[in-house]
Amino acid sequence: MRKILISFLSVFCFAFLATAQNDHSGHDHSAHDHSSHAEGAHGDDAHGDGHSSHDHTNECGYTHQDVFEPGAVAFHHISDQNVYSIGPINIPLPCIMYVPGEGFDFFSSGNFKADAHGNGFYAYDRWVIYEGSVRRIMDESFPMGKVEIGDVASGHMYNLFSKTKEVDGKDKTTVYLCHNGDAIPCDSKSYADGGFLGGGMSSYYDFSITKNVFTMLLMFILLAWLFIAMARKYANNIGKAPSGAQNLMETMFVFIQDEVAKPFLGNKWEKYTPFLMALFFFILALNLFGQVPFFGGSNVTGNLSFTVVIAVIAFFVVTFSGNKHYWEHILWMPGLPAWVKVIITPVEIMGMFIKPLTLTLRLFGNITAGHMVIVIFVGLIFIFGQNGMNPAAGYGTIIASTVLTMFMMAIELLVAFLQAFVFTILTASYIGAAVEEHHHAEEH
Amino acid sequence: MIAIGAGLAVIGAGLGIGIIGSKAMEAIARQPEAVGDIRSNMILMAALIEGAALIAILLAFFVK
Repeated sequence: MRKILISFLSVFCFAFLATAQNDHSGHDHSAHDHSSHAEGAHGDDAHGDGHSSHDHTNECGYTHQDVFEPGAVAFHHISDQNVYSIGPINIPLPCIMYVPGEGFDFFSSGNFKADAHGNGFYAYDRWVIYEGSVRRIMDESFPMGKVEIGDVASGHMYNLFSKTKEVDGKDKTTVYLCHNGDAIPCDSKSYADGGFLGGGMSSYYDFSITKNVFTMLLMFILLAWLFIAMARKYANNIGKAPSGAQNLMETMFVFIQDEVAKPFLGNKWEKYTPFLMALFFFILALNLFGQVPFFGGSNVTGNLSFTVVIAVIAFFVVTFSGNKHYWEHILWMPGLPAWVKVIITPVEIMGMFIKPLTLTLRLFGNITAGHMVIVIFVGLIFIFGQNGMNPAAGYGTIIASTVLTMFMMAIELLVAFLQAFVFTILTASYIGAAVEEHHHAEEH
Repeated sequence: MIAIGAGLAVIGAGLGIGIIGSKAMEAIARQPEAVGDIRSNMILMAALIEGAALIAILLAFFVK
């Protein structure tokens, strides 16, 4: 009971601090304005008399409005970024950009002097940082080197803004840099998803060590250290009871070995156990690390690129370990009439690709949904507090928001373990189906 | 339309996972010694149903 009380109080304090900070600056979490609909939807009621000091118009005629948009804020907080922020401190990360025709460009994201929202006060070699991701200034006459673009003295950054326009029936968001009265368009990095989540191909590629890549490397080192230390301990303590972290790791390791590898893989379990362990512990470590609040907020397992890659690895393992029976059952199912086989074969081939697709989406969906719900529960404070204009209601909502957030984080803790387990058990069952020896005589 | 499609997919998956959960509970009540096997199979089946729902939600997003 005491522990619950202590954790409740600590979460409460964090929420309180966050709200206090918001009151002070008055501009938190509102950088996502879409000027196209900002006037219509929020212009009249939220920004009446007395609140005009919160709005700020820059030289290019763009008005920064202090509107809280929960959806945009949630998407911003789960996205990958070029800066790693622990609380108010921004840790610069190396940026590796490739522009076709111009070659690679290496620099540190510390050059941009980004604020808490990832908007940089400086441009560097025609690169700017907006919403945590580096963008390219599409103007050849823009000076190279470090150029001040924001108002460093006042600490406000209004010169980078985004506008959403409808092009061919689709909403297209372009980021602009306002420099000496000109709105210069900035390109965002290429996404290989055909524009489903990002903007498709653009003029440059981003190979940077981003927040997610950094977290993956960190977890890789942590897990390698942990497992090598465990292995040494087992080598030194033969015949003795496990001690310390060994108890924890052995429980999970033996659980995956006995509940997942052995039942699904039969006598071939030893060959695939390392792969399954790597999957389970890597996903689990990233899930749990993504849960730690205020420490970067890395959302690696909730990033489609990461889940696609591990699902593709699982797909290759399944496909290349498939034996004769596996391919026979996919291409020409034995024991069926020929006309049924013609229908079954395309379905089975589709199934081969649907399996990794669902692996991808399940992990991505579960983790992303959980993180977004937490952000929106915290966002309730700013919705009721009208983003610093009604502080009393904001402070009042902290209690409800704290309870809801703690409840959601407890569920997320369960989901972190469950999704790592589900990914592993499904991969094991797919591999098991591919390597299983069939006995046709009595079945067909 | 996206909301309706995603909602329908979730209703179907919810019913399916609910049935799996209720049957697993019955099975555990009948044979408490097999709780480990039943639980992992329950999670596996729930994950497979979730897969169908995820495809439906994805299609709802793609087919605007």
